[in-house]
Amino acid sequence: MSLDLPLIWAGLIAVAVLLYVLLDGFDLGVGILFPFSHSREDRDVMMNTVAPVWDGNETWLVLGGGGLLAAFPLAYSILMPAFYLPVVMMLAGLIMRGVAFEFRFRGQRRGRPFWTAMFGFGSILAAFAQGLILGGFIQGVEVADNRFAGGTFDWFTPYTLLVAVGLVCGYALLGAAWLMWKTTDALHGDARRWALFAGVLTALFLLGVSLSTLVVHPQVAGRWGWTGAGFDPAQFLPLSVVPLAGVAGLATVALGVARRSHVWPFVGAVLVFLSGYAGLATGFFPYVAPYAVDFREAAAPDNALALMLFGAAFILPLILAYTAWVYWVFRGKVTPEAGYH
Amino acid sequence: MEFDALLLSRLQFAFTIAFHILFPAFTIGLAAFLAVLEGLWLATKREVFKTLYLFWVKVFAISFGMGVVSGIVLSYQLGTNWSEFIRLTGGVIGPLMAYEVLTAFFLEASFLGVMLFGWKKVGPRLHFLATVLVAVGTTISAFWILSANSWMQTPQGFEILPDGRFVATSFVEVIFNPSFPSRLVHMLMAAFLTTALVVGAASAWQLLRDREQPESRIGLTMAVGLLAVVAPLQLLAGHWSGEVAKEHQPMKLAAIESYWESKANHPLVLFAIPDRATQSNHFEVAIPGAGIIVAPPDEVVQGLDTVAREDQPPVFLVFFAFRVMVGLGLLMIGLGLWGAWLAWRRKLTDNRLFLKFAVAMGPAGFVAVIAGWIVTEVGRQPWVVYGVLRTADAVSPVTTGSVATSLLIYITVYAVVFVAGAIYILRLLEEGPGAGRVEPSPEGQRAPGTPLAAAPNEAPGGPK
Repeated sequence: MSLDLPLIWAGLIAVAVLLYVLLDGFDLGVGILFPFSHSREDRDVMMNTVAPVWDGNETWLVLGGGGLLAAFPLAYSILMPAFYLPVVMMLAGLIMRGVAFEFRFRGQRRGRPFWTAMFGFGSILAAFAQGLILGGFIQGVEVADNRFAGGTFDWFTPYTLLVAVGLVCGYALLGAAWLMWKTTDALHGDARRWALFAGVLTALFLLGVSLSTLVVHPQVAGRWGWTGAGFDPAQFLPLSVVPLAGVAGLATVALGVARRSHVWPFVGAVLVFLSGYAGLATGFFPYVAPYAVDFREAAAPDNALALMLFGAAFILPLILAYTAWVYWVFRGKVTPEAGYH
Repeated sequence: MEFDALLLSRLQFAFTIAFHILFPAFTIGLAAFLAVLEGLWLATKREVFKTLYLFWVKVFAISFGMGVVSGIVLSYQLGTNWSEFIRLTGGVIGPLMAYEVLTAFFLEASFLGVMLFGWKKVGPRLHFLATVLVAVGTTISAFWILSANSWMQTPQGFEILPDGRFVATSFVEVIFNPSFPSRLVHMLMAAFLTTALVVGAASAWQLLRDREQPESRIGLTMAVGLLAVVAPLQLLAGHWSGEVAKEHQPMKLAAIESYWESKANHPLVLFAIPDRATQSNHFEVAIPGAGIIVAPPDEVVQGLDTVAREDQPPVFLVFFAFRVMVGLGLLMIGLGLWGAWLAWRRKLTDNRLFLKFAVAMGPAGFVAVIAGWIVTEVGRQPWVVYGVLRTADAVSPVTTGSVATSLLIYITVYAVVFVAGAIYILRLLEEGPGAGRVEPSPEGQRAPGTPLAAAPNEAPGGPK
């Protein structure tokens, strides 16, 4: 029996990136909402809801990047130079917000407000930069002779800006829904308002991004049944489950908020992200450096993929198990009095 | 020298990796120290170990956070700035990095949460397990990254395809390449020494103010014990690394010793101003005959004249960085032996001169680690994969403007983060572990959310 190693690794990395988006999505979202909070105590609680898990969440980004490097070195070596400045922006944002977790508790008169600001700013910057990278990825990158051959600012277009703002709103929705789940009293009420607001914005941007993707990239439109000649329902129908899942997710958020549920808005927000992610994957599969290099061309030699799969097959389930255990340890509401510390 | 994307990328990589290595160098040892402290507390139930643990874990939290964020930069920088390196060698070196993420990063990151925030959530044995797993994770991480870096120093187990890409012929040979064992041992011991020097300095600082401070007495004794044993061993490990370099990276050794010509019976050069232009040393101070510590008499040691001038590493930097590292290493041995002698005579905390020496040596480990990495990385030049791939052929197709921008951003961000982190750590060290014994009120100087601020009196009372 021979395994289709490049396909398996494409799937594994897609899952790693998805897990990153969902997990770091909500803790970046908490940071994005930081500027809207009302008191220092609220901010302490907000931070405490993610403090024990953010580091693990961010490790999925390292696996996404490291996995791409190892499994698809050609794609990695094209994409990183293509998104040079947004990647640097993202890293700068992640640094400032990452150290803020410890520094904010250590800071005194001047330090604390500074790191409070940096936690918000860094989270927004990282999310925005990820949106630029995502937008640039959908736009496609210029490749010649297996190397990036485009310009320094190819990633900077109205379309990528739209995606970037949309992603910030989406993360804010995840963060607000997470806070509804994890907090009580006044902060829970704030989170509920934020979820509503971010939910509406996310819905609008999701629609805007979807429609403009179809316009900007005819190749993606073709996947969904829109060709130059017209609309092909037979092509669209099996895929319609993707946008329907998005609508269902948004409806779950709306109903959950309306009925004062604590958990359902988060479930709905996750569903929205799953739908968006699947929608994107439909648009550019099998490309890993759209629309020039597909995952087979970019794959590392089979012996490298096999060696990594051997490890991943044992270790990934273990990682998922202890990650779940850590979330279980820190389950339940976080309140100012009953903080973990 | 032209400030092009290549030079700026090299500067940026040197800057970001030198910044990053400070934290692993410290946290690898500190994690192990914390595991030992918590284990001792569980075994003996002596409060003093718990107080020490709760103190050093705060320092650990700050350092580890800085290590995590500066580490993410490196995993992306390989792509942003060295994409050709990854395009060509990714199929060989990539799996080593992937294994580092899978076996080490997740372990550290996940159990760190339990270690820092889990006192009241899990039992003491489970908490101890979390600390041990974090320590194990940091060591596994060192294993993989040293393996990957050593392969770049002494590559083997691969072949080059017609299109220039590398493919592994044996991953066992790739992972266990010739320079890996000696360099892993050397780096792990360097990490332990770095931690011991910091713990020793912080404890000595407290003892200079209060000779009876119980936590600091234990801290200093443990640090001295480790230094006395590991510092001399480190000299041997370093020599072992040098032997490997002599066989596999002769130009690195030639740069370290500033040997310009190939011959037998080299003297041991103590000081010189190496000059690339004249291919010779100025103001050389050398001991004839002492070259036997580099090679046995009559063995011909290759000089820099073996290769063309453009294939020589920058001698000046390698030569001096090596002497800084060795000089500090000798001081560490001195500190360890002096301390051991004082401890044996039960006068460890009485000798103020010794305590001051210990304080002064606090940063020595960091300096030695960076000097050592300069020796190994600059000594590898002009190759990124020794003898096979040139650094100049590894750089990304990005503009000078982009790299200048990113370098400026990294310098700014790291300056802010480093200054703040240093202030917070020094503030903690100044406060000392003694402060942890008195439970601060929620309105005290520490914020209620401070990790572990409220832990001492509510921590589980040992195994049931």
